[in-house]
Amino acid sequence: MSVTTLSLPPSPALAQPLARAPVDPRDRGGPAQPLLSVSGLVKHFPVRKGSGPKQVVRAVDGVDFETLKGETLGIVGESGCGKSTTAKLLMGLIERDSGDLLFDGEAVGTRALPWRAYRRQVQMVFQDSYASLNPRMTVEASIAFGPKVNGVPGRQAVERARALLARVGLEPKRFAARYPHELSGGQRQRVNIARALALEPRLVLLDEAVSALDKSVEAQVLNLLLDLKAEFGLTYIFISHDLNVVRFISDRVMVMYLGRVAEIGPSDTVLAEPAHPYAHALLHAMPSLDPDNRTQEALLAGDPPNPIDPPSGCRFHPRCRLVAPVCSGKEPPLDAVGPAHRAACLARQPGSGHPDAPSVQAAA
Amino acid sequence: MTAPVTAASVALDGAVPTAAPVAEAEVFVPSRGFWGHVGHRLMRDPVAMAAGAVILAIVLVAIFAPWITPMDPYKGSMLRRLKPVGDATYWLGSDELGRDMISRLMVGARLSLFMGVTPVLIAFAIGSSIGILAGYVGGWTNTILMRTIDVFFAFPSVLLAIALSGALGAGIFNAIVSLTCVFVPQIARVAESVTTGIRRRDYIDAAKLSGASAFTIMRVQVLGNVVGPIFVYSTSLISVSMILASGLSFLGLGVRPPEPEWGLMLNTLRTAIYVNPMVAALPGLAIFIVSISFNLFSDGLRTAMEIRQ
Amino acid sequence: MTDTPAVMLRDLKVAFGKVQVVDGVDLTLERGQAMALIGESGSGKSVTLRAILRLFPEGRSRITGTVAVGGRDVLGLSKRELADYRGREVSMIFQEPLLAFDPVYTVGRQITEAILRHEGVSQAEARARALALFERVRIPSPERRLDNFPHEMSGGMRQRAMIALALACRPQVLLADEPTTALDATVQIQILLLLRELQRDLGLSIILVTHDLGAAVEVADRISVMYAGHIVETGSARQIVRDPHHPYTVGLLRSRAEGAMDRGGRLQTIPGSPPDLANRPAGCPFAPRCFLAEERCRRERPPLGAVGDGHQAACWRAEEAASAFKDGQIRGALESA
Repeated sequence: MSVTTLSLPPSPALAQPLARAPVDPRDRGGPAQPLLSVSGLVKHFPVRKGSGPKQVVRAVDGVDFETLKGETLGIVGESGCGKSTTAKLLMGLIERDSGDLLFDGEAVGTRALPWRAYRRQVQMVFQDSYASLNPRMTVEASIAFGPKVNGVPGRQAVERARALLARVGLEPKRFAARYPHELSGGQRQRVNIARALALEPRLVLLDEAVSALDKSVEAQVLNLLLDLKAEFGLTYIFISHDLNVVRFISDRVMVMYLGRVAEIGPSDTVLAEPAHPYAHALLHAMPSLDPDNRTQEALLAGDPPNPIDPPSGCRFHPRCRLVAPVCSGKEPPLDAVGPAHRAACLARQPGSGHPDAPSVQAAA
Repeated sequence: MTAPVTAASVALDGAVPTAAPVAEAEVFVPSRGFWGHVGHRLMRDPVAMAAGAVILAIVLVAIFAPWITPMDPYKGSMLRRLKPVGDATYWLGSDELGRDMISRLMVGARLSLFMGVTPVLIAFAIGSSIGILAGYVGGWTNTILMRTIDVFFAFPSVLLAIALSGALGAGIFNAIVSLTCVFVPQIARVAESVTTGIRRRDYIDAAKLSGASAFTIMRVQVLGNVVGPIFVYSTSLISVSMILASGLSFLGLGVRPPEPEWGLMLNTLRTAIYVNPMVAALPGLAIFIVSISFNLFSDGLRTAMEIRQ
Repeated sequence: MTDTPAVMLRDLKVAFGKVQVVDGVDLTLERGQAMALIGESGSGKSVTLRAILRLFPEGRSRITGTVAVGGRDVLGLSKRELADYRGREVSMIFQEPLLAFDPVYTVGRQITEAILRHEGVSQAEARARALALFERVRIPSPERRLDNFPHEMSGGMRQRAMIALALACRPQVLLADEPTTALDATVQIQILLLLRELQRDLGLSIILVTHDLGAAVEVADRISVMYAGHIVETGSARQIVRDPHHPYTVGLLRSRAEGAMDRGGRLQTIPGSPPDLANRPAGCPFAPRCFLAEERCRRERPPLGAVGDGHQAACWRAEEAASAFKDGQIRGALESA
């Protein structure tokens, strides 16, 4: 086992190793440089189906986006849209077929930034709070594991684990020696968050991290995530199917559909006036909380399609209310539709040939 | 619906501290840990406890045999051959050379237990390592290791043990080597299957994300979760090992006379089976009792480990 | 419409071993009405629902109180009557449709068999009714889909097929246990709308168990809020959402992320977690987490009392809770203006 020290020197004081100066000493490119840039990310899974022709699941099929320093980027979409695969690709838990990851300006997986060094700065919280904790380890040992394998001496690693437990609202005296099955779902998810923070990451991926929790517990954990973000200067990528939660926590939102980005932009804009018809349908599908103004019709019929054989042209065109002949033949690029707001819809792009498209003059 | 966030919360925040720590009301039972729970449940299983007591008694007898045997197990008497069970001098009778059966059984327990436990222990260490490695790494490593292991399954274990022992030559050491070779594939296969079952769990992914090496993950994260089932399976092999070892001795491939060992005793006494069947059956009975005790104990252990969480 | 309610529960108690999971629930569902039972995990909402069908193993559970469906006492039914009653008068849909279907038979065959078991109709007639049901729940190309095995259908379609199976014997009451929790939002809204349509067109009475207030509002006329085995508040959907009178309901409404006006602000939360049912606190079960709790709340459990027309809350300080909620709304509105 190699002994690599953490980028911050471990300190015996409880609060010390957790506190961070407003400017992260690990920051390289300054605030304007995205923390993580993803371009051309592709992952296809081969599927064997009897004797038929070889098929591939186009789980992630050319995804580009950036995560800015200090922001929360929400990723939303139906099942099969590729959001969870994207998370695993970003963490290197599955290997990408192609595409580039740049972390603070450095290519991930190269000599300048090997996976190991990258992962110390990027951590993940999983959806299933029970499956993501080792059932045979105390929560304290689970949290201390990361620092230990990164060269923090045992005692200090345990001290850090206890400090983090306290920070996520679990009194170390009562909780440190417990096993995962002795905790409630909300408590376990707090432990998972503490574990993710134990390596002092700069970016945390939250993959449906609050989806399995009861509403009142969900709100507690969301508040905790906000506090931790401010305290440690974190950047979040927040994957969820719940648009209300995403709207609450995210600065920007990315909407995915069948392995591609449909729309990305400030969450106030995307979740109020979405440019992409799919984002609009998704937003419309959220249950109303007004008994006098219930949803009258579902904008999308049927289930999300299978990413094995996506439709030609715009992948959304068979379900789209704005569909025009041009949509089945031309793949829409992800183009600007407003300030910091991009959408992959021909109906929004001047000169695309779509009847609803704004005229070229108006755009110019 | 609108919900207030700041000003309105003043009225509430006095009574509702929203910040951590969260006092989650519950009564906490101090943690026993996994093995604590297993031990607790095992204690309440009368069959497993009885089997455990039998094993413990026999182990104690084996350890202290040289000091507690009523007679010299090696000293025979041509005049007092094949005394029946219940004889005034020889409580469990005497063998074909007039040696005291009870003393020979007590001393024989040492070698018999040794031959039962040692190959399983060695095979447990080797087999788990191979199985965990194959299961965790997966892919080609798994294919190569497990297909090689499968070759051994082509032969019945008795045949394999005899063939290996025969090839290596007689003797205790060679018998242990050949028995170990018989058990390694079986344990490796179990270890591989339980490891494959957990390698895709999120907590293994989380450990990978912490930058731990594959070896560290196997040692710290995987081992604790798979060692239980492998151990249970291995304890069930102890009885098989004892029987196989007895078989080897019976065929003259294991322990050699005049060393007392249950299998060997069974072999030499078979000539007396028509003269004094009770005495001739005693070593077999001893093997039976010990092996069924190990089996019952490992059954109990398996049940105790099935804790729903 | 007759006078007897579709479902009436009086002082329903369900215990598993020593744990009293449902602790005295009174509930009335009128014919043709849709009611949502909301609460968190462990609140007893699912158990209450299952008690209506007596879906518990006899030995390990104890049910007391009254369960009357269409005026008929369910707890007094014999085994045979129970089998007849299930599916024919009351049927149920679940979160996971794969559990409701047998994987080795086609969906169509399972529906026809359900019809044949309860009614003396011909095979062809049963098949025709299965087809009509598939059309009714809007499964595309129903003829072909009847011959599908459960695993050959997508999640939303299986959910529809399960609803068709539940409706096979024309029950009066449909119980739905978190039917949309595992579904994508785009599919969930379709299923919720379908439930509403079935209630309207077939005159079904529906009880929907959910943890999602939004799903409840989409379907239900009335909402009952459960906490720790009790109904703490019941009223029309409007009353519950606009004018809650129990601090727990107030808390649930306030902690919703969609209610938060400014992003980056904190959510108001209900502190702590639900009580351990094996060690219930004396008095009001919500008192340890309540922002209004006083001495009396820790001593005496409040009964459900009327706070409006058809609106009841089990709280000693219901009026304070209601005004705290309204205050918050006004201040929140001022702030955002």
